[in-house]
Amino acid sequence: MKILRYLIQKEFIQILRNKALLPMMTILPIVQLILLSTAASNEVKNVDIVIVDLDQTESSRLLKRKIIANNRFSLIANPFSTKEANQFLQANKADIALVIPNDFEKDFLRREKPSLQIIANAINGQQATVGSGYLSNIIYSFNENLIQEYIYLQALNKKQKENPIQIVPRNWYNEELKYTHFMAPGILAELTALLTIVLSAMNIVREREIGTIEQINVTPIKKWQFILGKLIPFLCVGIVLLVVGILTSKIVFDIPIVGNVGLLFGYAIINLIAVLGLGLLISNFANTQQQAIFVAFFFILIFILMCGLFTPIDSMPKWAQYFTIPNPLAQFVSVSRKILMKGSTIWDIRFEIFYTIILAIVFNSLAIWSYKKQE
Amino acid sequence: MRIENKNIIEVENLTKKFGDFTAVNAISFTVKKGEIFGFLGANGAGKTTAMRMLIGLSIPTSGTGKVANFDIYKEAEKIKKNIGYMSQKFSLYNDLTIRENIRFYGGIYGLSKSEIKQKTEKILVDLDLKSVANKLVDSLPLGWKQRLSFAVSMIHDPEIVFLDEPTGGVDPYVRRQFWETIYDAANQGRTIFVTTHYMDEVEYCDRVSIMVDGKIEALDTPKNLKKQFQATNMNDVFLKLAR
Amino acid sequence: MKWKVFWAFVKKEFYHITRDKRTLLILFGMPIAQVLIFGFVISTDFKNASIDFLNHANDETSFELIEQIQSSENFKIGRILYADHELEKGFKDGTSKLVMVIPEDFSKDFYNRNPIEIQILTDGSDPNNAVTLTQYITSIVGSFQQQKLKIPENPQQINIETKLLYNPKSISAYNFIPGTIALILMIISAMLTSLTIAREKETGTIEILLVSPLSPLLIILGKVAPYALLSFIDAILILVLGFFVFEVPVRGSLILLLFCCLIYVITSLTIGTLISAVSKTQQDAMMRSLMGLMMPSMILSGFIFPLTSMPFILQVLGHIIPTTYFIEILKGIMLRGVGLEIVWFPLFVLFLMILFFLFFTWKNFKTRLQ
Repeated sequence: MKILRYLIQKEFIQILRNKALLPMMTILPIVQLILLSTAASNEVKNVDIVIVDLDQTESSRLLKRKIIANNRFSLIANPFSTKEANQFLQANKADIALVIPNDFEKDFLRREKPSLQIIANAINGQQATVGSGYLSNIIYSFNENLIQEYIYLQALNKKQKENPIQIVPRNWYNEELKYTHFMAPGILAELTALLTIVLSAMNIVREREIGTIEQINVTPIKKWQFILGKLIPFLCVGIVLLVVGILTSKIVFDIPIVGNVGLLFGYAIINLIAVLGLGLLISNFANTQQQAIFVAFFFILIFILMCGLFTPIDSMPKWAQYFTIPNPLAQFVSVSRKILMKGSTIWDIRFEIFYTIILAIVFNSLAIWSYKKQE
Repeated sequence: MRIENKNIIEVENLTKKFGDFTAVNAISFTVKKGEIFGFLGANGAGKTTAMRMLIGLSIPTSGTGKVANFDIYKEAEKIKKNIGYMSQKFSLYNDLTIRENIRFYGGIYGLSKSEIKQKTEKILVDLDLKSVANKLVDSLPLGWKQRLSFAVSMIHDPEIVFLDEPTGGVDPYVRRQFWETIYDAANQGRTIFVTTHYMDEVEYCDRVSIMVDGKIEALDTPKNLKKQFQATNMNDVFLKLAR
Repeated sequence: MKWKVFWAFVKKEFYHITRDKRTLLILFGMPIAQVLIFGFVISTDFKNASIDFLNHANDETSFELIEQIQSSENFKIGRILYADHELEKGFKDGTSKLVMVIPEDFSKDFYNRNPIEIQILTDGSDPNNAVTLTQYITSIVGSFQQQKLKIPENPQQINIETKLLYNPKSISAYNFIPGTIALILMIISAMLTSLTIAREKETGTIEILLVSPLSPLLIILGKVAPYALLSFIDAILILVLGFFVFEVPVRGSLILLLFCCLIYVITSLTIGTLISAVSKTQQDAMMRSLMGLMMPSMILSGFIFPLTSMPFILQVLGHIIPTTYFIEILKGIMLRGVGLEIVWFPLFVLFLMILFFLFFTWKNFKTRLQ
């Protein structure tokens, strides 16, 4: 135990003395947290649209006004032909074109199924599908009003509603569906994992490159002491980053903290131990820092893409969902969301805890085992 | 007398292969307690590899060996308690101060707090580093670093000290100084095992073994070696052997 | 003579890179893994989302509705609940995504066409999931009542014909293939070069190189040339994967596309050199490229999240990232089949960036030499 203390003390002195690295471990992740949480939203707030009005009637102008009045749409131009509209799409100046054909109003009045055409630039998937969804909704309500007005004029008002069912959605835990509430804890988990895995993966290799590891290997120090001596300091770095990150998210984004913060940090410690174990394991298999980074980066990328932050795990194919079990980041995202937003208890996150403990044990045992004092 | 008639290192047919390449080819020798034992050879002759097997950094392919009465296969960790090692590469932490380096190595050898304090004082006084004790090691000149490194390698009072080309890259004057500290250590009853490729240094050793292509080609006192090869200095001995 | 030395140097670097398994992992393993994950794993469609029911009606029609929901691919039935306090159960342990509350007398009200409120409770902790699933359920319920009540189609109902241009089948690969190319080229050209040069600095070998007969410029060129070549191979690899596995076409000029790749690679290389010029150690360079380059390139380039929906300040930031422009070029040439008449602007911006970064690198080197 005493020996461990000296190892940890040394590591801390080195971390705190590194003037170049220190701001990168503290300020930069927090700045990133704020920027990225703001940016990471699938919400489509702005759709650039061009409207081709071939009808030029009262109704078509009314529809156009309705669309412009919606603040999600920016009208870019009023081209005179579909061909011209396509050019806007081709130059990526517009996401969507709406074409109002020239007998739109006439068809409506004659009850001959009026039609409209939406042309969406489907390369930008979200912009196109969500945008045309918004647009359809506007058109439907416009249609409804128009029909009501028409019926009123015809004095044929029926009492019965044609569509009795009304869907009343309520979004629990996040009434307004704020993306930052969902993203900030996830991005924080991601940044912390990224930072700790890179630092730990590079650390042992760095000692190997400089040659100091030889000097430690000729001492009677135990392998687990050495690994723990590397793990604990970076664990502290990770925890500090998490605490500051949660505070920042609370202050800047006002994220909800419904559940027990102690439980969250308790889990975070297990999770970080698992992540650090992987980092140390990687470093045991690398001769240069470059190699360590490459391997670490490869894992990080897969972890990030498959952690459920950017795309839901539930929509992955079944086999891929199993791959998220050994992904500490996916477990962390799930737990942070549950505890912070839903106030879940330790029983609700028992599986995550179980899997993470297994990961921590496996990665760290492998790290200790693969650390060779002798060639 | 400094040298006792008791073997502290015994090696027989020690061999290390890396794939097809035999780095160390069945070497056998003994070192007596208190001896300054020189290991001479060109770069790549296998000196460092041989030494790494003795200090438990490398597992031999075959052969037997005992260091401080412990088996090099089974009792590597016990050997480590009884030896000091100073590697070719400078191995103190450049980003720690002199005092912090001493404390760290003392700590991981399991010294108590008061022992560390006492050792620190002694090293700082002996090497005249008191005024710079709280400066980063990085700021020291190379010669000083090496002397500090040597002192730190003996912080746990080992019986044997292994030095792997300890004086690389410094001028003859500093080398001379360094060898005085080696003698001091030997006079305290420590056995010194040193590899080098400087011929003049060989003269300071009690006995010298000369390695060529993984084999020990000659082993004796410098005086006897010169006689045996009818040479005026060790350089000639070495050239004759290497040919 | 000089060129012979230079060529030998480039060859040495090239072997150095390709000999190491771990380097190959990042050079070829990563792009392949990324493309395959994007293509086969990631999707924003929900399949088999678990839905709980609190059925106060327990009548014929309510069962029919549940049946209809179950038969859709998007949902699978989770728990049947009996009391209000059970509503939250599935949300808290994450086993269900949605709860539907069906009111009493559902059948009666339905056929009498009295207004009915069906409550949908979503787990808002994941907004994506909440929004999408509500949409799904709304459309299922809509078609349910259309069928059951046999509501005649209103001839005045506007018929919306939606045409998906450039990507009629809505294949997500159309979006991620260009994004992946941009990201991988950035990683290899910028991150790897900044690391190799930082490594030479850290181990001190750069001094040896700098006193060699080659000029510093040629040395830097020699270091980065293999990476430029390898990133090119990667770009082609991803294009080929995209074409054969996901049927992503290249509709515009392939030559123009490759030329633009070259310009982007050069931009990335100059950034890499700049990062290595200001970093002392590999750790330093790694952190800088990771935090300052990779994360923003992934998130602020419009690759994953729509840039135009971001706050103004982030849109500005997004527009100083070369990846943003390159993705625009790629999508233009590959998918919309446009030519230089459209992509000249982003290309021009990349040119300006090269000049800008070169200027700073040069200045930095100069102050170091003095």
